[in-house]
Amino acid sequence: MIPVCRLEDLPAGESVRLDLEPPIAVFNADGELYAIDDTCTHQDASLAEGWLEGCLVECPLHAASFDLRTGRPTCLPARKAVRTHPVSVLDGTVWVHVESAQPVPATAPHATAAGQGSAA
Amino acid sequence: MRTITVIGASLAGLHAALALRTQGYDGRLVIVGEEHHRPYDRPPLSKEFLTGALTADRLSLADAEEIAELDADWLLGTRAEGLDPPSRTVALADGRKLSTDGVVLATGAVPRTLPGEPLAGVHTLRTLDDAAALREELSRGQVRVVVIGAGFIGAEVASSCATLGHSVTVVEAAAQPLLPQLGARMAAFCADLHTDHGVTLLTGTGVRALHPEPGRSAAADGGRGRVGWVELADGRFLPADVVVVGIGVQPATGWLQGSGLVLDDGVVCDAGGATPVPGVVAVGDVARRAGHRAEHWTSAMEAPAVAVRNLLAGTTVETYSAVPYFWSDQYGIRLQLAGTTSAADTVRVVEGSPEDRSFLARYERDGATTAVLAANRPRPFTRARRELSREGGLAPV
Repeated sequence: MIPVCRLEDLPAGESVRLDLEPPIAVFNADGELYAIDDTCTHQDASLAEGWLEGCLVECPLHAASFDLRTGRPTCLPARKAVRTHPVSVLDGTVWVHVESAQPVPATAPHATAAGQGSAA
Repeated sequence: MRTITVIGASLAGLHAALALRTQGYDGRLVIVGEEHHRPYDRPPLSKEFLTGALTADRLSLADAEEIAELDADWLLGTRAEGLDPPSRTVALADGRKLSTDGVVLATGAVPRTLPGEPLAGVHTLRTLDDAAALREELSRGQVRVVVIGAGFIGAEVASSCATLGHSVTVVEAAAQPLLPQLGARMAAFCADLHTDHGVTLLTGTGVRALHPEPGRSAAADGGRGRVGWVELADGRFLPADVVVVGIGVQPATGWLQGSGLVLDDGVVCDAGGATPVPGVVAVGDVARRAGHRAEHWTSAMEAPAVAVRNLLAGTTVETYSAVPYFWSDQYGIRLQLAGTTSAADTVRVVEGSPEDRSFLARYERDGATTAVLAANRPRPFTRARRELSREGGLAPV
């Protein structure tokens, strides 16, 4: 499990990008937390910087849209799903359970806020 | 229809083919492409491909499974040379004639070049092969690059060359880069991006001629000589090892002369991509749809589904009218523009600031927002783009 941020630092409509390899985006979609791979499967763009509407996130570059619940694209140009990862909240901290055989950094990753670098 | 031929194995051509299958067309599908490559993505060519961050295999627009599902006959490395609607045939450069019931024109555009004999070391950038040739020249140690034209391609190439450590000069005939597209204030912002990164920007002067390096054996360059100097219209000479010409493109319509199609800065078609010739539609950069020719990735991807619906219906049952959108990555800044700007617009920065290299600006005319431009502000930009796409445009602030 990897710590993301305090729950109060991820209000509804916001997202956080975890600088892992590969990066992961964690969203608060109207109170429900979701984590997916951050990089759009279509081209190199950060979904954490995308537009969140309900359970869908729209890629900021080409407007591909993904369902946060399944990771599946809902329209072109993306045709491949992003991986989803379980999220839990323990004592007010958001944790993501990275679904990967790939190694994750030994140290806690630096969580960067999406968007313009303001606090999420 | 039993056979439909897509001419142009491009983003627009591929999406036309995909849309035909999605919409239930199960007849013979032929895709003719002048290049030897299967459809690939062009935007990274001036950026990640040129700097070496992406290799050619990562540019593919469809994987093997998707190609198999498409069930198309691919005629790659094959140029179409003529279209004869009365006999429903497409003439190929190798002398073959293809019989077809329907045609999707997706031949795109070709870069404009400078007059005069071509010299080694002078490049345009449109195709994967163009980009590979330029990349090869940029990999031989530090060189002096002169980029002619400070449009989006020119700016992206200059940015990539600067990233690679080359000495770069950009020459622009207009008073500022991207002046017609962005207006004076944002053009000044784009000019600053060049100079921020050590690139020399020379504006307000055209290029008179390219000259070979004197004294160098022309035999080494296939007898044509190698570029050594760029002569500007104001009389200055710039030393150059590599020249990249980025002065716009022309729609690839020459092969359609005499076909009966109306050709006027592209293949003239209606808002649904249908030409006046039955069974022929046009998509992508070659299409002049409802009086306007777009050279944007997004319309090349989206408009084909509409065009092929009209092709299958035999008449225009749907039109394509999305708000124009494009982006450009240069010097670590992602610029995004949605809408249609004009010189009469007032530009207002509503978030951030150009000085901080992160902002959202609105173009306004008669109290309405006509376009939005963002630099490194993807999320507010997406919101503004969506609002602009809705009926009535952006709400006043």
